[in-house]
Formats: sequence, C-alpha cells, structure tokens
Amino acid sequence: MLEIRFHGRGGQGTVVASILLANAFFKAGYYVQSFPLFGVERRGAPVEAYLRLDKQEILIRTNVYHPDHVVVMDRSILQAVDVSKGMKKGGYILINAPAVPKGDHWNSAFRPAWVDATRIARDNGLGTRTHPILNTAMMGAFARVLGMPPMEAVVKAIQEEVPDQVEKNVQAAKDAYLAVEGFEI
Amino acid sequence: MKQVLEGSHAVAEAVRLAKVQVISAYPITPQTHIVERLSDYCADGTIKARFLRVESEHSALAVMIGAASTGMRTFTATSSQGLALMHELLHWSSGARLPIVMAEVNRALAPGWNIWADQTDSLSQRDTGWIQLYCETGQEVLDTTLLAFRLAEAVNLPVMVVLDAFFLSHTYEPVDIPSQAQVDEFLPPIIPRIQLDPANPCALNQLSPPNIYMEMRYQIHLVMQAALSELEKFEGDFERIFGRRYGAVEPFLCQDAEIILVTSGTITSTSRQFVLDQRAQGEKIGVLKVKLFRPFPVEAVRGYLKNARKVGVIDRNFSFGAGGIFAQEVRAALYGLARRPPVFGFIAGLGGRDVTLESLGEILTRLKTLKRPDPESIWIGLQEVQLAGPKS
Repeated sequence: MLEIRFHGRGGQGTVVASILLANAFFKAGYYVQSFPLFGVERRGAPVEAYLRLDKQEILIRTNVYHPDHVVVMDRSILQAVDVSKGMKKGGYILINAPAVPKGDHWNSAFRPAWVDATRIARDNGLGTRTHPILNTAMMGAFARVLGMPPMEAVVKAIQEEVPDQVEKNVQAAKDAYLAVEGFEI
Repeated sequence: MKQVLEGSHAVAEAVRLAKVQVISAYPITPQTHIVERLSDYCADGTIKARFLRVESEHSALAVMIGAASTGMRTFTATSSQGLALMHELLHWSSGARLPIVMAEVNRALAPGWNIWADQTDSLSQRDTGWIQLYCETGQEVLDTTLLAFRLAEAVNLPVMVVLDAFFLSHTYEPVDIPSQAQVDEFLPPIIPRIQLDPANPCALNQLSPPNIYMEMRYQIHLVMQAALSELEKFEGDFERIFGRRYGAVEPFLCQDAEIILVTSGTITSTSRQFVLDQRAQGEKIGVLKVKLFRPFPVEAVRGYLKNARKVGVIDRNFSFGAGGIFAQEVRAALYGLARRPPVFGFIAGLGGRDVTLESLGEILTRLKTLKRPDPESIWIGLQEVQLAGPKS
C-alpha cells in the first residue's frame, strides 16, 4: 500500500487534487481511498488530505501518519507546517514552486521535486491570476515523479471528473508532466 | 458500474435509485453533501421528487411525517444537533408507523463544539422506535439505504442509516452503483398502508386512552422484533440481485477466536486489518461487527460470542453515569446465558479522535492482562484529566 499526504491552503483545491488522483489510480486498476483531514474550514488555512492506494482492498480507515510521499500545493506552507512529519525515508516531497525552496524543512532522507504549477495554471487560463487552479497541474507532475499513474489514466480522470475547461486542465497536466524537476529518472 | 464515490454521495445515489417522492432536510455538517447532491438532482430533473426547504431539522421531519402520511416514499438526512432537535418527532414517526428513511451522519454533540465522528447522537435516540443500521464502507452505505426503504415499508417503522462523519461521509472509494433495472427489481414502488386521501377523509393519531395505548406499544414491539427476520429475508433478495450480503451482525475470523472485539461503523474496518496482522503473529482474535442496533440482534450476538474467552466492546460513544452503549447491550444480551464470556468495555475515538492500529493494540494488551472486567469503561488514549466538580 502507498500512502500520500497532501498539504495546501483552503481554497487551493488540495482535497480535489487527492480525489482526482484517486480517480486516476482507480482507472489504472488500483483500490483507492481518499479523504480530507477536516478542520475549521476557511480560505487560506492549512488543510490536509490523504490518498491510499493498493492492489488489494484497503481495510484501514485512519488518518495517514507515515506517508510514503507528500504533495505541497503552496510553498508558503513550508513555514507553517512540518510537511515531512512522520514521512517514510526516501519519499518524494512534490512542491508547487519555481525552484527548490531553501531551508531546513527536509534533509537527505527525503527527495524534493518541484514544479511551477501556479505559472502553468495561469498560462492555461485556469482560475484567476490570484487564485489559479493548481490541482490538474500537480497531478501531471505527480504522475511523472512517481512514474504512476499512467498519463492516460490522468487524462481520463480529468475528462470524466473535471466539470469544465477540460482541455485546458488536460494541457496543464501535460505541461507539468514535462516541467517538473528534481526527481531521478 | 464501479466508480470512485464519496460516502455521502453513495447515500444520494441510493435515494435517486429508490425513486423517493419527497425529500426535506436542513443542512448540517457533515451531512451536507448528501442533501446538496439530492437538491441538485431534484433541480435538474434527475429525481422526480418534491424537495422542500425548511427552517429547521424539526420541520424537516415534520414534512416527512406529513408526506409519509399521504403514502409517499420519503427521505431526510441529518447529524448531531439536528437529530437532537428532531427528538420529539422521532417518537412521532414510529408511533404513527411511518416508513421514513433517514441518513444519520454520526457527529459529536456540543458543547464543546465538534463536527467529528461520535455515535452518541444516534445512540441517544435508541428508545424512539427507529430501526438503526450502522455502516462500514461506502458500498454498504449505498446498499443499506436501498435495504432501508424495503424494510421500512414492510414493517411500517422508520429506519435510520448511520454512517461515521468524515471517515465515511467524506471518504472517496470505489463503489458499485447498481442499474435502475436491478434496483426496480429489488425495490418496487411503495404500497402504503397509511394514506391520507381527500376523497376518503379520515383522521390519524387520535387520543389513545389507557385501554388501547399499551396494545399499540406492544404492536410496535412485535413488528420491531419481526424486523430481524424481515431484514434477513430482504438481504436474501438483495444478494440474489446484487451479489452482496451484510447480516445484522457479521463475524470476521470469530470461529476459533479466544478474544473477540465487538465493533460498529468504520472502526470495524480498521479492526479487520488489526485482526489480520495479529493472526499473522499467532493471536486467536476475531471481530464481531454489529450492524443492526435496533432491534438488537440478541440471538446472533450470543451465538457468535458465547465460546470466546474474553469479549472487548469498542464504543465510540458514552452514556454518562453508565458507560459505552454497545457494551451495555452486549452485556444484557449475554446475561441470560449460563456460561458467558466476560465483557470488557472500551471507550475510544470520541469527537472524531482517530482509532488507530496502535489504539487497538492497547485494547488487546488490556484484554490479555485483565482478569475480570470492571463495571467502569476503559478509556483509550486519554490524557490526564483532573476532577472538576464537587469540592469537599
């Protein structure tokens, strides 16, 4: 089983990103489970969401405390939250950032990867300039870094689950797939 | 067709497939996604039902009572304070023998203000004459909602489909949504026994003096007991059409188990994983899931627990001055047996606190060490608390 934790701020589509990825993994033949850590919901507050995936039925229904990988939708979260808390060694921390953020928020135990999802979302006209919609770009980057789910599943999940601007969202995922940096191929 | 579906939406899909005629609800977290989806479906014509917006949960259930009294298939949903506000009309619904179906998303009662999973809201309505069914997965939520309509309309009692806040209501997982043809085969249109009709005027729920009230109560008792065998019958039909079956209780590796955990809701699912892990270490442990709480399946509970050496009941609820509510029910069920296992009551996960594999490990350790159960419940993962009360 793989466990992924998503960090973001309320209103950035963090929960939707975890659900879209769950759909993509499901289409690629996995059992999935995705849910938010519900707090006091308000725009801008740190939020968490989880995704579990496995080739067998998933029985455990608790929060995720030891994620294999972490996705960070907003790099300013790094100042507020220890995103690597409880993380398994060797996991990826995929960050929405133009370059690898400086700081001691991770060490050699984790592998940072980064993609400028904000720019990609804006370039594709997703959301507004101040509130770009990041989740499909982050999905594309995730698929490249982890080597799964396959891009066909990502595209299919977007086509079936995203209510509008489907082509732009697919393009954002593809752009991010190519643009993501920092991982080992 | 299987798709990734939120637990709340699993309820909404079942209500759509059940061709409900009247829906009324007042929004409350964490139940909101259920009625949000249903109101969309009513607005775009996917469901041909009247959706009545009201100013409170009390009014929502009043609408259900009115609509069900005219023979309509009815649905509402609520949580926590909303359910508490319905209390008077919960009694009314069962007393009037109306087959109303409600989804109840278990949420803690305030204060302290808390929106997270806790069963005390639904369990404190245990004496209102509603059938209560507790669910473990998104699929079970969908299936149980369909079963609830069939059962309610057969016994003319209201049915509550209960699901944990967030761990179920907001969790996306693969759920098989059956076809309309399959559901139509399982759940034909309602044939009402009670139907106000202007063409044939009558009055309902008149003064019932002492010479008949007691018999009316006994009738409800009889039909509540009959709900046990009716549920089993409908589960047989359900399995034939959909290939799935749950049971009033479900044993998981209980056959040779020396220690049996009794659970309900999503704690069951995590307990299954725990039991598999412990079995791999040689522990003879099992889980008995209790799905049907009212009527309480006494015979089934006795049957599965009687040969265990120790029973640990995990309650995500608490009755002040008494203890965990499932534990009380299990003790009462076993008391009539000449030889019965000791029952240890554990309190865990109140107000949405996570019940993890580690929490279950602590429960198992306590069960193995303790010789005799104390009447006092054992609270798991409790931080140090000072008595704030009587001063000497």
